[in-house]
Amino acid sequence: MAKTLYDKLWDSHVVRENDDGTSLLYIDRQLIHEVTSPQAFEGLRLADRQPWKLSANLATPDHNVPTANREQGIIDPVSKLQVDTLDENCDLFGITEFKMGDIRQGIVHVISPEQGATLPAMTLVCGDSHTSTHGAFGALAFGIGTSEVEHVLATQCLIQKKSKNMRIDVNGKLNSGVTAKDVILAIIGKIGTAGGTGYAIEFAGDAIRSLSMEGRMTLSNMAIEAGARAGMIAVDQTTIDFVKGRAYAPTEAQWLSAVDYWRDFKSDDGAYFDKIISLDASDIQPQVTWGTSPEMTISIDALIPDPEQENDAVKKEGMQAALDYMGLKAGQAINEIPVDVVFIGSCTNSRIEDIRAAAHIAKGKQVAGNIKQALVVPGSGLIKAQAEKEGLDKILLAAGFQWREPGCSMCLAMNADRLEPQERCASTSNRNFEGRQGQGGRTHLVSPAMAAAAAIAGHFTRIDAR
Amino acid sequence: MEKFTEITAIAVPLDRVNVDTDAIIPKQFLKSIQRSGFGPNLFDEWRYLDHGEPGMDNSTRQINPDFVLNQARYANAKILLARDNFGCGSSREHAPWALEDFGIRVIIAPSFADIFYNNCFKNGLLPIVLPEAQVNDLFDFIEANEGGQLTVDLQEQKIHYNKTSELSFELDQFRRHCLLEGLDEIGLTLEHSDDIKAYEEKQKAITPWLF
Ligand code: SF4
Repeated sequence: MAKTLYDKLWDSHVVRENDDGTSLLYIDRQLIHEVTSPQAFEGLRLADRQPWKLSANLATPDHNVPTANREQGIIDPVSKLQVDTLDENCDLFGITEFKMGDIRQGIVHVISPEQGATLPAMTLVCGDSHTSTHGAFGALAFGIGTSEVEHVLATQCLIQKKSKNMRIDVNGKLNSGVTAKDVILAIIGKIGTAGGTGYAIEFAGDAIRSLSMEGRMTLSNMAIEAGARAGMIAVDQTTIDFVKGRAYAPTEAQWLSAVDYWRDFKSDDGAYFDKIISLDASDIQPQVTWGTSPEMTISIDALIPDPEQENDAVKKEGMQAALDYMGLKAGQAINEIPVDVVFIGSCTNSRIEDIRAAAHIAKGKQVAGNIKQALVVPGSGLIKAQAEKEGLDKILLAAGFQWREPGCSMCLAMNADRLEPQERCASTSNRNFEGRQGQGGRTHLVSPAMAAAAAIAGHFTRIDAR
Repeated sequence: MEKFTEITAIAVPLDRVNVDTDAIIPKQFLKSIQRSGFGPNLFDEWRYLDHGEPGMDNSTRQINPDFVLNQARYANAKILLARDNFGCGSSREHAPWALEDFGIRVIIAPSFADIFYNNCFKNGLLPIVLPEAQVNDLFDFIEANEGGQLTVDLQEQKIHYNKTSELSFELDQFRRHCLLEGLDEIGLTLEHSDDIKAYEEKQKAITPWLF
């Protein structure tokens, strides 16, 4: 029978099927960070259990690490305790951890692909909803809760129910200035933040295949914002080329058989999808979110929508509340809205390609006078080093950006990087919820190029028209 | 997880409806990195007269003498008698952690919030649903009989009290099995260890680079 990519990933990991319709699913890789793991480790200790397979786990601190003045350590005691606890737990149980001083440290979802710890055809979990990122490799990757982190540590398995299959096709050629971030925002704008609920999404079509691995990760990263726990993209040559030679990738001796195995991880012709959605690439313009949900997104040339035009009463109310929170009015041109802060980073957009895109825009220019802070936070120590090798840090610093140490930073404001009430931020992260980047802060989700352009212009602006 | 067969203990009556998880363990304690040690802060806002924060020495705090958990006659209670909709509010697992850490093993109420009810089993707690009239009888018995104990027999699904009185309760047989055997979800999965090992052996041949 013809199978989808998701079916293949699922079937190849079922250890046993339970009577109640759930399955015991084998997990190849677990990523661990400091926020969702402490109680899982304590649970192991209380029950006197050991990790089932040590080598399946990889840990790093990211949410709470400072992005400046690292030599002073972590000042906030709660943050420090969480990071210290991760270090202790990893040392105690023997789990590989890239600690704060390690050049390989960074955001979990950035470092794992970078190390080749994320591989095609595997199952991968982490106590973090943006684990969907790793689906870009033709892997089944999803976020889990702390009890499940403990469950995976102890058994290498999870009890799961299979989701339905959804395919989202984006065909045609992407317009100039349109990035993976714009594509995923446009998709979420179309299907809504609950559009993918209950489904595993496969992103397909030639516009998707034309994306680099960095772009594909940006796309899969935000599958969760579309309501799906997992988003994925079929394995192709781009995937294989990216993986080759990385520290945790298969060695020379196993490489060919691995590639052979991986190539099958795509949907068969005629495989059944419960739902298919299609977008035309040429319809997608650079996106800016205007509200407090990722589905509240418009093209850079558009006007802020009017709640009065909305017939659904609940939606209308939601739109008005979002406008009030964001300090915006219906009918305003989004490209005239001034910005206070620019944040380029997060597991959505902190990879080398993102930093190159920002530096390309910033080269020889100056951050506008109304911008209070323009942060660039690379996703890992290695990306930072690579960017510095390419001189991107110099370009960005000369333009007036700040160049920081790797971590989640202003994506969720658990460390010192955060917005002040009512500050407006052009952010390359993935969530524009109320207060996400700091209490009262106003987040507009954009691509790295758009964020850099907003920093230079002082407001949102069309990139290729500059 | 500790096996649960039979418990004979004093029950403490908490005579309020809609006791939510924030009352069971207030949110400032969620920053903790542990799953044990919440016992001293169980019902923190009701038990103490001052405001509790993580890291405080609870032994020096001002106790609320009126709160039932602080009354000498209910010291060492292992059973909590409660009212309708116990455990409503957020899904935090810290609530059963706090109850368990305090020493509670059984909660009896006319109804429970759904997620809390599920979370109890994950942590070795037995939530028992009884008709309101029977819960009233138990409240009466406890309040009238200082030192009077209840016996909860999970095997027989019975509660004995007052020498001759007996109540039966319903329970999902799978959950009953898990509690009797001391199996948490992890323990259950580990019952299939052989299947997991067999899967790994098979996969080693197919995807050796993952092992
Ligand atoms: S960068 Fe943001 S979304 Fe990604 S893992 Fe960190 S906090 Fe979560």
